[in-house]
Amino acid sequence: MQIFDIYLLEALINGILLGGVLALLALGLNLIFGVIDVVWICYAELIMIGMYAIYFLFTVYHLPFPLAALIAVAAVGALGALLHYLVIEPLLNAAPINQLLATGGVLFFLQSAATVAFGIDFRNAGIRLPVLNVAEMYISYARLLAFGAALVAMVVVYLFLTRTYIGTAIRAIAQDRQIMPLMGVDSRRVYFVTSAVGGALAGLAATLLVLQYDVHPFVGLSFGPITFMICVLGGLGNMIGGFVAAFIFAEIISLGGLYSDLEWGYVLAFAFFIVMMFVRPQGLLARRS
Amino acid sequence: MLELKSVGAGYSAFQALFDISLDVRHGEAVAVIGPNGAGKTTLMRVISGLIRPQKGAIAFEGRDLALTPAHRIVELGIAHVPENRRLFARMTVEDNLRMGAFMPAARARFRQRLDFVFDLFPRLRERRDQIAGTMSGGEQQMCAIGRALMSEPKLLLLDEPSAGLAPVIVQQVFDLVRRIRSGGLTVLIVEQNVQQVLKVVDRAYLLEAGGIRTAGTSAELLESKSIREAYLGV
Ligand SMILES: Nc1ncnc2c1ncn2[C@@H]1O[C@H](COP(=O)(O)OP(=O)(O)O)[C@@H](O)[C@H]1O
Ligand SMILES: [Mg+2]
Repeated sequence: MQIFDIYLLEALINGILLGGVLALLALGLNLIFGVIDVVWICYAELIMIGMYAIYFLFTVYHLPFPLAALIAVAAVGALGALLHYLVIEPLLNAAPINQLLATGGVLFFLQSAATVAFGIDFRNAGIRLPVLNVAEMYISYARLLAFGAALVAMVVVYLFLTRTYIGTAIRAIAQDRQIMPLMGVDSRRVYFVTSAVGGALAGLAATLLVLQYDVHPFVGLSFGPITFMICVLGGLGNMIGGFVAAFIFAEIISLGGLYSDLEWGYVLAFAFFIVMMFVRPQGLLARRS
Repeated sequence: MLELKSVGAGYSAFQALFDISLDVRHGEAVAVIGPNGAGKTTLMRVISGLIRPQKGAIAFEGRDLALTPAHRIVELGIAHVPENRRLFARMTVEDNLRMGAFMPAARARFRQRLDFVFDLFPRLRERRDQIAGTMSGGEQQMCAIGRALMSEPKLLLLDEPSAGLAPVIVQQVFDLVRRIRSGGLTVLIVEQNVQQVLKVVDRAYLLEAGGIRTAGTSAELLESKSIREAYLGV
């Protein structure tokens, strides 16, 4: 019984660590949706590009990791802004289904482009961080680091949204976009900044995920669906809902995987999602009607 | 100060305003009255740039507003308190006021403007951290007017500020318009409450079916037989 409790505790802790990273993923997507009212279906593919960026900068060109990470964050941020400028802005007044299809097109474009450019090999950034042994539990240092960085990033985003004018405008525009000109706000600029921030968050997520996962053109499929489910469960565009839902999903995955392997945790999480869609289709903390 | 010449405007295929000519002089308070659907709100929107004129010219202190991007019009000194207040209901009072001071010139003077608005509405000072949508209708209206005043405007556009408020609060709103005026601000106000508004403004325009039917000083309109019958119920 003693040994079982330790496994349970270890799974709980790992669930919390996973939750932090999932919450970061959900935050970027929710930010974009809440402000621009567009779902970036290709969000996880931006992360994939970021992971390749770090792989090449750090593993192939031997830049120091912090510098490689910084460049990746900036580059994916620029990619987010570019995505907005080239794809979203021309479709702002189009039907939502067309916007969805367009970002879906970007998803396949990025996957194929990565396949052509980098091949389908799994590449490992070759960063071996130690596994900590605390009170007979095994806690991965990479996960701990990812969790800590995700929390710091979320606090920074929170401060940005609450303490700066542009951040306040980002929250305001999600509530009433029509009257923004009366405040002297150029909505197009706010969308652009939001897209860059959303992209930068994807870049940061890439930095944290590359510590734990191999890079390949389809790696986005490992994070994309779960991120969407978290956002939908939390209420699309609701950042606090997304935060809570991320930890619920992470614990289901982690505790569900306790009895057999981790894949079962995912099966349980998806099943939970389907049930919740019947029970609370509007999300845990409903916001939009 | 503000001059509209033969302005036509509307919504995609639907034209709501026809050949509107109107002027507001510096320091004046002017009302626009008229029945529901006459185009009063559309008129305010075309002045503040929320919709663009299809015909005619709009000038503010010699500048062509039709050529000014909508988000730059507030920088020229026009603040618009929209119909139904349109507060950011899930943000605090202070965040709402901060949005009113978004443009660079107002940001630099945020503290002073905040003090000015709080002195005008002591209620808002007490409620600065409250979520705007949870306040009473009267308090929300004060917040909406306060938000517009944060930009230190020269011309204030008020669209039915007394709509949906209790009679005591309506009285406060009109007192406030009087006070704002005496501070030197020029006011253009849309009101359903014709009797009351004519007591605080110098002149008024009667808008019907998208066109100006009559214009005159408050005294003239209060005596006009047609206005008395149609809008004052006497
Ligand atoms: N957003 C809109 N889209 C289409 N038509 C509108 C819109 N807003 C108002 N209208 C129409 O324009 C006309 C004038 O409306 P409005 O300016 O709101 O009048 P008022 O403020 O005097 O009640 C009405 O016939 C109304 O139906
Ligand atoms: Mg109206």
